[in-house]
Amino acid sequence: MTERDSRTPDGRPPAEQPRWRRDFPIDVAEDAYVARRDFAKFSVLVSAAFATGQIWLLLRSIFRRRAPGAPPARVASVTDVPVGAAIAFRYPTERDPCLLVRRGKDEFVAYGSECTHLMCAVLPEVEKGRLRCPCHMGFFDLATGRPIAGPPRRRLPVVTLEVRDGGIWATGVKLESEQ
Amino acid sequence: MTDDGSPAGGAPRRRPLATGEKSTIVYGILGVLLVLLVAQLWLLTATTNAWLGGDDSVVLPAAVASLACLGLNVGLLLYLFRLE
Ligand code: FES
Repeated sequence: MTERDSRTPDGRPPAEQPRWRRDFPIDVAEDAYVARRDFAKFSVLVSAAFATGQIWLLLRSIFRRRAPGAPPARVASVTDVPVGAAIAFRYPTERDPCLLVRRGKDEFVAYGSECTHLMCAVLPEVEKGRLRCPCHMGFFDLATGRPIAGPPRRRLPVVTLEVRDGGIWATGVKLESEQ
Repeated sequence: MTDDGSPAGGAPRRRPLATGEKSTIVYGILGVLLVLLVAQLWLLTATTNAWLGGDDSVVLPAAVASLACLGLNVGLLLYLFRLE
């Protein structure tokens, strides 16, 4: 007479049990194994989700590079901005606040005005040659838009400018990787 | 028949692993899986941060690294299936 296996309800060894019963064992050690095995399967699913997110970012960045640049837009006339002054404008869309600063007679610079730390509006300090973010005291170089102090780690987006016919035109936005 | 139950002259049949042995293996695999998962999570957050800031130079290498982690994870899972 063959011996009954106490780990299974019908007394046959676990290996001979139907598949569904092997997935719901009554033996504690077997149950711990199945739980961890299933957790490992789920982890691989999460890993696939992370990889999919990464591929999605890759595709988005390819499409972003291929997208046509924004059309030029007139920001102000040269006489509107005295030396040392700044004006706010929006470019390339209404949701992109920017800042135009006149550093010298023929020297204009423009940046996206959202701080690259947590998106507070930056303020120009032309005489000190910097832009200041009042939220956490972040500072950017006025000449280049690079972060020089405080929490920000990335430079401000640079709006390229052109002066023609007495007007100042925004002609594009340079991404961090293009600068 | 030989001592291990395999037919004489044939390849030795492998003894099925006991539950305790399988649990040890699954613990080891889980440890590696979780480390790779944390690496992937870090990659995704760091890449998203850089990409939103306009820097997409890291997107391709990060995607390759994440896919390599996924490949390793799938390999470990297939090994786990083979244990059954
Ligand atoms: S939001 Fe600008 S420094 Fe924090």
